[in-house]
Amino acid sequence: MNNTLTIAWKELKIYFQTPTAYVVSAMFVMFAGITFILNVIGTNPEATVRSFVVPSSIFYILLAPLLTMRLLAEEQKLGTFELLFTSPVKDWEVVIGKYIASLVTLIATLAATLYYVIMIYAFGEPDSGPVMSAYLGMILYGAAALAIGMLASSLTSNQIVSAVLGMGTLLILTFIDTLGTRLGGVTGDIILEISMRTHFGDFARGVVDTSHIVYYLSIIAVFLFLAVRSLETRRWR
Amino acid sequence: MIELDSITKYYGNYPAVTDISFRVEKGEILGFLGPNGAGKSTTMKIITGFMPPTEGTCTVAGNDILTNSLEARRHIGYLPETVPLYTDMTVSDYLEFMGKIRGLKRERLHKRVDAVVQICRLEEYFDTFISKLSKGFRQRVGIAQSIIHEPDVLILDEPTIGIDPIQVVETRELIKSLGGEHTLIVSTHILPEVSMICERVIIIHEGQIVAVDKPENLATRLRGTERVELDVKGPTREIVSALEKVSGVESVNRKSSLSDKGYSSFEIEATRGLEIRSDLASSIVNNKWDLLRLEAVGMSLEEIFLRLTTTENDTNKTGNMSVGEVSQSE
Repeated sequence: MNNTLTIAWKELKIYFQTPTAYVVSAMFVMFAGITFILNVIGTNPEATVRSFVVPSSIFYILLAPLLTMRLLAEEQKLGTFELLFTSPVKDWEVVIGKYIASLVTLIATLAATLYYVIMIYAFGEPDSGPVMSAYLGMILYGAAALAIGMLASSLTSNQIVSAVLGMGTLLILTFIDTLGTRLGGVTGDIILEISMRTHFGDFARGVVDTSHIVYYLSIIAVFLFLAVRSLETRRWR
Repeated sequence: MIELDSITKYYGNYPAVTDISFRVEKGEILGFLGPNGAGKSTTMKIITGFMPPTEGTCTVAGNDILTNSLEARRHIGYLPETVPLYTDMTVSDYLEFMGKIRGLKRERLHKRVDAVVQICRLEEYFDTFISKLSKGFRQRVGIAQSIIHEPDVLILDEPTIGIDPIQVVETRELIKSLGGEHTLIVSTHILPEVSMICERVIIIHEGQIVAVDKPENLATRLRGTERVELDVKGPTREIVSALEKVSGVESVNRKSSLSDKGYSSFEIEATRGLEIRSDLASSIVNNKWDLLRLEAVGMSLEEIFLRLTTTENDTNKTGNMSVGEVSQSE
């Protein structure tokens, strides 16, 4: 556990000392701001966070891989894995530590969007339940996206390849629901269940369903597990 | 301290090292010598637990590197050939991080960071980003991280490669001073370096150990003949014929004349194992010539190395390569 935190702390420090995280996070907050304004100046403005949270979640396709692309790929490129894996540290401690750092950065980014929530409270009377469930959903959705990014980063020593792999996977997992709706039937239902967007809708509406939480947690567990295994096999090659 | 038992490692179908076994005792400095691609780095990666061997076992401080990996790794400090550093970190942050993941706690951590910064003379660059450091200083940061946790076993892969000559000397001094407390394995393809810092040498070629010995013994073992050099003043032809008469002498060559003083240098080859120096001296003295110098000459490591690693059919390939590199890096 100590090692995990040491690694997480080191990665966080790098996040805040280099421009990548700032640029990516600022873009996200701006994008959320634009969707927020679109709602406010629209014909039927709502005093909900749903109006900007749902479109903002699409931005995760870019945000998550850009935050995680460096984490494991760079270590492979610099050769620093050789030091990390000859230190008394377990492989999973490395992966989890780095994952925690990216998750903290994501949560910090989400915290910046609370400014819009304050605006909503200042000028309207929103229901607090859906606000909280929407943010819980955003954190879970983001955490799952980051786990996918971690696997992408473990597969290559090239950050760009890692980012593209992550974005592609997220793009498919986000928009595959359209295919599910079109197909219908059992196949359609299965595809709908796979889509990351399907499971987010309820959170945004204020419904906290255990099955959705289980879905995101499973995605996190599976992809992080695969990331650890992928690193292990790289050493055996 | 370190024990390798018939280690073999394949990359795909290509054998990087085959059947390597050796032991390193506590406090010993072992030199690992071989041309590029001989399997030095591979062996080191196996000892540090970074790469599992295809066959064979390796133990460090009594811990098997595969089955008791974490415990074994606690005893190891490692400097890989590429000197891996996080370029986005400052020297102090980096050393602190490396200390922490090797299990150093607060007070000891700070003490050790200060200590290694002093040992490796990095005080001025304490808060500098590693990306701004020159190659030589990066090398020092690399060495600093490898000793920060005071490991029993220190493995340095080509520690003096790519740094300027003054730093090379400093680095060698540093390595030498680390022996005694730490058990060291140092790999290099620079031959004189080995005799300077190592107590024992393993010569490795095409994945196999071709010789293990003390640097000075290697020379004796490989010398086909005893070689003696001497400087004498007198008539050259008579000296040659007189020296040839000494029993055991196989050939006498006049190498050069130190004309201004009238001395000439001779190189004598004699049957191996015979001590002919006193006979040579008395022969010269009996003839009333002046003897200025008389010296047994060992084979240089370069020569040993070539003889060990070159076979008839790849003389050109290996021979030229290693010699070329030696002259380049020295």
